[in-house]
Amino acid sequence: MATLTHHHEPAAVEQLAHSPKAQRTFMTIIGAGILVLLIGIVAALMHWGEHHEAAGEAAGHLNAAHDASATEEGHSVLIRRIVVSLWHSNLFLVGVSGIGTVFMAIQYVAYAGWSVVVKRINEALGAWLIPGGILMVLLFVVGRHDIFHWTEDGVMTKGSATYDKIIAGKSGFLTFSFYLIRMIIYLGIWIYFTWRLRQLSLQEDLNGGTRYFHTSINAAALFLVLYAVTSSMAAWDWVMSVDVHWFSTMFGWYVFASWWVSGIAATTLIAIFLKQAGYLRFMNANHFHDLGKLMFGFSIFWTYVWFAQFMLIWYANLPEEAVYYNQRLGGFNGSYTWIFYFNLVINFAFPFLVLMTRDAKRQMIIMKIVCIAILVGHWSDFYLMIMPGTLKGNNGFLIEIGIAMILLGAFLILLTRRLAEASLIPVNHPFVEESVHHTT
Amino acid sequence: MTSPAVTAAAPAAIAPAPATTSSTKRFVLGIFDDEDVLLHAVDNLRGAGVKIYDVFSPYPVHGIDDALGIERSRLPIAAFFYGMCGLAFALWLQIYTLGFDWPMIIGGKPAISLPAFIPVAFELTVFFTCHGMVITFYTISRLYPRFKTPVLDVRSTDDKFVVAIELDENSSQMPKLTQLLRENGASEVNQKEMTKF
Repeated sequence: MATLTHHHEPAAVEQLAHSPKAQRTFMTIIGAGILVLLIGIVAALMHWGEHHEAAGEAAGHLNAAHDASATEEGHSVLIRRIVVSLWHSNLFLVGVSGIGTVFMAIQYVAYAGWSVVVKRINEALGAWLIPGGILMVLLFVVGRHDIFHWTEDGVMTKGSATYDKIIAGKSGFLTFSFYLIRMIIYLGIWIYFTWRLRQLSLQEDLNGGTRYFHTSINAAALFLVLYAVTSSMAAWDWVMSVDVHWFSTMFGWYVFASWWVSGIAATTLIAIFLKQAGYLRFMNANHFHDLGKLMFGFSIFWTYVWFAQFMLIWYANLPEEAVYYNQRLGGFNGSYTWIFYFNLVINFAFPFLVLMTRDAKRQMIIMKIVCIAILVGHWSDFYLMIMPGTLKGNNGFLIEIGIAMILLGAFLILLTRRLAEASLIPVNHPFVEESVHHTT
Repeated sequence: MTSPAVTAAAPAAIAPAPATTSSTKRFVLGIFDDEDVLLHAVDNLRGAGVKIYDVFSPYPVHGIDDALGIERSRLPIAAFFYGMCGLAFALWLQIYTLGFDWPMIIGGKPAISLPAFIPVAFELTVFFTCHGMVITFYTISRLYPRFKTPVLDVRSTDDKFVVAIELDENSSQMPKLTQLLRENGASEVNQKEMTKF
C-alpha cells in the first residue's frame, strides 16, 4: 500500500515526552555497569582466572620482570586496564557520535530527501562529542603513559636505557604538545560543525524557508572535506599510535569504516526504539529498508578494508608489519585469537547473511538484532585494535564491559535529552514531504 | 537492437495474458503525461475492476509495482544461486590449478592457501551473479536482441507513460475503457493491434 498516492497526511511536529521509564533504564545500565566494573576489579585483585600468568608461575622471575616493566611505564595493571578501557569505549562512542554529523552532512550535499525522518537522531548522536572529547583530552593528559608506549620518558632520547630508534624516528609527529593540539583541532572541528548544523536546523524549525537548507549544504560540504582528513589522522593518533612500531596505510579507512557502520546501526537502533515507543509516525518499512541496505553494504565495506589490510600484510610477511597479526592470532597465549575470529563472524558473516533478503531489512525485530550485533561487533573490533598494544596479555572483559556500560548509559541520557529538545520531525526541512512519501 | 523501452516492472512477474486463439492481440492504450496522474489512474482502474496488461514508462516509476499489484520478482533467488556457482567455480579453478595441476610455491605460502584465493573468488562470484542476472532478466522480459522489436507506442521511450489493457475478441469494452481512461487523466486513448507480441 505504500504508493506515492496513498499518503495525504502532511508532516507534523512530534515531541519526545520525558519518560521516567527510559531514564530508569539508562540508570539501570549505568548501575549494572558499575556492578560489573566492581566485580571485575575484585576479580583482578583476587587474581581470578588469570590464565596468562599461570604459565609464568613456573618462571617467577619472568613475572617479576613483567611487573617491573608495567610500573615503569605507568600504573599497576588494574589502573592501566581501567584507563585503557575508558579510552577504548570512549573512542568508540566519540566516533559514533561524529558519524551522526557525517551522515547528515552527506545527506545534505547529496540533496537526499529520504533520510529527513532520521535527521534528528543524527543530530542527537552528536550530544556525546563534547563530554566525550573532554574525557578523551583528560585521559590523554592524565593517563597517557598507560595507553601510549611512546609517551614514556627517555624512549626518544639517545643514550637512555629505554631508547628506541624506531620510536625516536617518529619524534617529530608524536610529541605531547603536538598530539594534544591535533586532538583538540580534530574534536574542535567535529564539535563546531555538529553545533552549526544543529543550530541551522533548529532555526529552520522556527522560521522555515530554504535559506537554512542552502547554508547547511555549504557547511556540510566544508565539514566533509575536513572530516576526511581529521578522521584519518585521528585514527593514526588515537588508535594506531598504540602499536607505535607498526603502521598501516589502510588504517584511517579501517577505523572510519568501523565508526561509520556503527553510526548507521546506532541511528537505526534508536529509530526502532522510538518507533516501538510510538514515535516517528512517518517512518515506515521503506526507511528501515534503506538503512538496512546501508548497514549491509557498509558491513561488506568494512570487511573489504579489513581484508585489504590483512592480505597485504599476510602475503608480504614483513616482520615489522606481521607482528600486528601475530599478536592477535595466537600471541599472548592466544588471548585474542577467539575475538579475532568472532570479529569477522559478527561484523561480516552475520549481517551479510541475515540482511541479505528484502524482507529481513523491512522487519524491525531482525533489524534490531543486527544493529545490536554490529554495535557489539565493532566495539570488539576496537578492543582488538587497542588491547594487544596496551595491555598485552593482561586483558580481560569484566572491567572493560563495565566501563562500556557506564559510558553507554551516560551517552543515552545525553542523547535522549537532545532528542527531546526539538521536534522529532524537522517540519520545515524542504524535503520533509519527500521523506514522508519515500518508497523503495 | 534491443528495445530502449524499459518497462516499469519486470514483465516476468505479470499475470499471464488471457489465452487467445490467434497470435494477434488487441490493446487499448491510455497515454499519460505525468507519473502522479498515472499512479492515480492505475489505482482507480484497478479499483474499477480493469485488468491492466502492463505499463510502459521511459524510466522506472516509484511505487508502480505496488500500484499494479505485481508480486515480487524471484530474480534475487536466482542471483544467489548464480553467485554460489561463481564461488564454487572460482574455488575449484584455483584449488585445482594451483594445488594439483601445477603446484607452485609463491611467497613461501602453501600451494593451497585460502586468503590468497579470496580476491579471485570474490570477483568471480560477482561476475557470475551479474551476468546471470542480466541474461535471465533480458530473457524473461523478452528484451533479447531481435530484428524487429514490437513496441506498443514509441513515445513510451521518450516522455509518455502508456497503460496497456488487453481487449477481448470483439473489443466490446472499448467505449467503457476509453471513458474510464479519459476520466482518469489520459491525454489520449488509442487502440492497437499487435501480432507476435
